[in-house]
Amino acid sequence: MFSKRVKPRRFGAGPLNLVVALLLVLLAACSSDSSDSRDDGRVTLRFQSLAWQDESVAATKDLVDEWNATHPGVKVEYVQGSWDSVHDQLLTSFEGGEAPDVIHDASDDLADFAYGGYLADLTGLLPQRLKSDIPARSWATTTFGDGVYGVPFLQEPRVLIANAKWLRESGVRIPTPQHPWTWPEFRSVTRQLSGDGRFGVAWPLREPVSATLNLSLSAGGRLFHRGDDGKVTVRMDTGDEVVPRTVHDQVNTDHSAANSTLGSGGSDTLPGFFAGKYAMVPLGFSYRQQISQQAPEGFEWQVLPAPAGAAGLTQGVSPQTLSIAEDSPHKKEAAAFLDFLLRPANMVRLALGDWMLPTGTAALKDPALHTPDHGWATGTALAGHLVPAPAQSVRGYPEWKDKVATPALQEYYSGAIGLGELRRRLEKDGNLVLARYQR
Amino acid sequence: MRDGRGRRGVPVGVPRRTAHPGSRVVRRAGRAAQYAALLAYLAFLAFPLLWLLSTAFKPPRELGSSHPTWIPRDPTFSNFRQAFDEQPLLRAGLNSLLVALAAALIAVLVATPMAYVLARRRTRLARAVSGWVVVSQAFPFVLLIIPLFLLLKNLRLIDSPAGLVIVYVVWALPFALWMLTGYVRAVPRELEEAAAVDGAGRLRTLVSVTAPLLAPGIAATAMFAFVTAWNEFFFALVLLKTPERQTLPVILTHFIGAEGVADLGPLAAASFLATLPSLVVFAFVQRRITGGLLAGAVKS
Repeated sequence: MFSKRVKPRRFGAGPLNLVVALLLVLLAACSSDSSDSRDDGRVTLRFQSLAWQDESVAATKDLVDEWNATHPGVKVEYVQGSWDSVHDQLLTSFEGGEAPDVIHDASDDLADFAYGGYLADLTGLLPQRLKSDIPARSWATTTFGDGVYGVPFLQEPRVLIANAKWLRESGVRIPTPQHPWTWPEFRSVTRQLSGDGRFGVAWPLREPVSATLNLSLSAGGRLFHRGDDGKVTVRMDTGDEVVPRTVHDQVNTDHSAANSTLGSGGSDTLPGFFAGKYAMVPLGFSYRQQISQQAPEGFEWQVLPAPAGAAGLTQGVSPQTLSIAEDSPHKKEAAAFLDFLLRPANMVRLALGDWMLPTGTAALKDPALHTPDHGWATGTALAGHLVPAPAQSVRGYPEWKDKVATPALQEYYSGAIGLGELRRRLEKDGNLVLARYQR
Repeated sequence: MRDGRGRRGVPVGVPRRTAHPGSRVVRRAGRAAQYAALLAYLAFLAFPLLWLLSTAFKPPRELGSSHPTWIPRDPTFSNFRQAFDEQPLLRAGLNSLLVALAAALIAVLVATPMAYVLARRRTRLARAVSGWVVVSQAFPFVLLIIPLFLLLKNLRLIDSPAGLVIVYVVWALPFALWMLTGYVRAVPRELEEAAAVDGAGRLRTLVSVTAPLLAPGIAATAMFAFVTAWNEFFFALVLLKTPERQTLPVILTHFIGAEGVADLGPLAAASFLATLPSLVVFAFVQRRITGGLLAGAVKS
């Protein structure tokens, strides 16, 4: 009767049972005992590392293994973190009371966490050896208010990676850390190297703000000025104009800088660099790892210091840091682990693995960091000139950067607006943003 | 034939109209243009995957070339080897598979009856629920993650794949519900009424008549829930602490460093492998989707 008009498909007990059975199996497979089995009397520390290059991950894991082998009472669990979304991930973990005991991050990401009370003040926790080994200018990157909320341990200057053969054949003076190019000289050199569809420099300025601010320190630029009342305002002085004006003029007046790379990231410029389209690319020191891997056979490259200005080779950096969570019940043990991890020899291993510079003065003396190979010696010679990035303790800086400075600098570098309009936007619009954070 | 019509519905004895040769040419040209457009669209869709595949087989020096080629000049498996050496891809892939399958199954099991009620009962409440489903899609997940985190922590489901499955089901449910409601509405009420006339109860009608006709919709919804869970990164990053439980998208980010610098070769190799399960599931489910929504439902 039923089947006269409707021809039902079987969707009965068989498939349904199969689905339910499969579901039960999946749930059983997914369910797990999430409780900590830490009742053996040992202290267990969770260390979230952001090391990502093969060598640096290996170096970090080796050091954790060495610690565990020599410290039976305190076990460190290595947890691989990710630079992608690390801020949101940590914030959620802090809010949920599930943060790792030892946290790897960058100093410019710490202010919110430090002021939010999520990070332990390390002032009384760290040994004197470590405190005195790292220079005060590096500690300044992790000092917020009266407390120190992270140990700065790796940093990288911005350098010029140059096509060595091209430079040699052009006959220009090759700069060294002792005799760097001045900014006007740099502009003149890039003009000399350009022509026939080739450019003296390719600025990868997808993120123009930190590059501009950090390099502007060399010309005496400060941009952020703290008044007697403690409030910060933006003011573009003569020193602040040098770097933006140089880039702008290279792109729009001299045509010695490629217009097409202004919106690119550092890696995006490498194919053109290898193909002989650009003589130089300003990049972070750690990019050398990619260049050594990807450069064509026979391609000669060298590391040059960034140009110097009235303040010499000074430039701003945001070092990588190690912090301890305020909620960690084992802060002393965590501090002891940091002391172990950042012993000079270990700091050198971490630095070599990440192709960066250690902050520690003892580590910086290691001969492995003074070899001319891959420009290590040039980079190490710049270490003494690295100071905190100018804006990292300024509240409201992220919003100023995203809403005001990034579009303004992009438009200025592309030639859409002039220096007057750039100044107006950075100062007028920028101070309105900062004022909201300083009421 | 008995009603005087031929096999194609043309009356017997009436001569079939022959197409004008010119119109045949136009029709053929139109069809060729359609195929060309389709091929162009397919090429557009396939480009990222093919480029990923090409990149996965390139040695580092070719990755930095300013004249990239489709076919690697010196193809190598080293990127795959490096990817597997550096990261636990197999274990992460299995974790992702279990979580995504569980999320997809639970999502369709929960959403199907709900969708049926929403589609068939046009009450004010049903309309309000439908509206809420649409609105809920507008919430950014950053807004949800901290309350969710605390909730799961109280349930002791942090660092548990089961907790992640719950999040994915909740996340996929509104859209799954919205999709399935449309599929239920496409099933003619007359079929259910016919079954009722024939004496079938509500449950029998649902199981024997409506559910089979919904199978393509259920398959499409399951596919959506699976792919959503398979690709999801942020919840997995935040909720899973133990490295052995991490899913594939989280592991893939381990090839990316600060400021977006990436170990491109191994990343491409691992990402290509990560797309394969989605493609396999899609190929499997696609047969159900294209099987025809109402094929064979009514006897001719």
